[in-house]
Amino acid sequence: MSDRSTSSGPGRVLVAVYAVFALSATARSAVQIATDFDAARLAYSLSAVSAVVYIVATIALARGIRPLAWAACTVEAVGVFVVGTISLTAPEHFPDATVWSDYGQGYGFVPAVLPFLGLMWLWRTRESRE
Amino acid sequence: MSESVAYVLIALSIVVMAWAGWLAVRNRPLDNALFYVAAALEIMLLAVAMGGFVALAVTDRPVDGVTFGGYLLTIVVIMPIGIAWGASDKSRWGTGVIVIAAFIVIVLTWRLVQIWQGIGV
Repeated sequence: MSDRSTSSGPGRVLVAVYAVFALSATARSAVQIATDFDAARLAYSLSAVSAVVYIVATIALARGIRPLAWAACTVEAVGVFVVGTISLTAPEHFPDATVWSDYGQGYGFVPAVLPFLGLMWLWRTRESRE
Repeated sequence: MSESVAYVLIALSIVVMAWAGWLAVRNRPLDNALFYVAAALEIMLLAVAMGGFVALAVTDRPVDGVTFGGYLLTIVVIMPIGIAWGASDKSRWGTGVIVIAAFIVIVLTWRLVQIWQGIGV
């Protein structure tokens, strides 16, 4: 049952939260890029990147594709801190917010915590792989 | 999207959230009673979504139609997906998923009111 281990128990909730962020980040970046891409190219491009990362992480965790889940959560952890830091130190590049701006403050800082929960969960379930 | 409709939706969502939370605390899976309350919420959400699209079609307000419509479509699929995903896990984490689904319905309801009133899109 190695393919179920990342999506059962606490993983059930983790996948649900990832799915919510996949949906909201995708919708947000779709609207941003469709309506006014030129207004904030960097911020809107990063919005799209975050959307892809959340989608990949959701699918990888739900399906138990571990290497992909590790990669997605790592990129996410780096992304939220790099984007969060840049958005605070160089706000001129972020005239409009992304999911990762200000370390995810607009989403109750959940984006800052989520990748570490994901990595912890992957670490905790590593033995059950085989 | 009148505020009174939103308050009813939020109240029912809180009932679902509290009930699912109580089951999760006791490490219980989805029971029939929670399923019926969640179904009642879903029926209300469908009615509100239909009403919302009609209101969007006839209103003179400068409402962001794409965003409002997107939220209406999203709000009706959250509970079915949450129930389906949560019901297949028989531990507390299954009902935990339903807690999150109900919380998202509350957030989306509040955002619908804001978008309808033209506050921060």
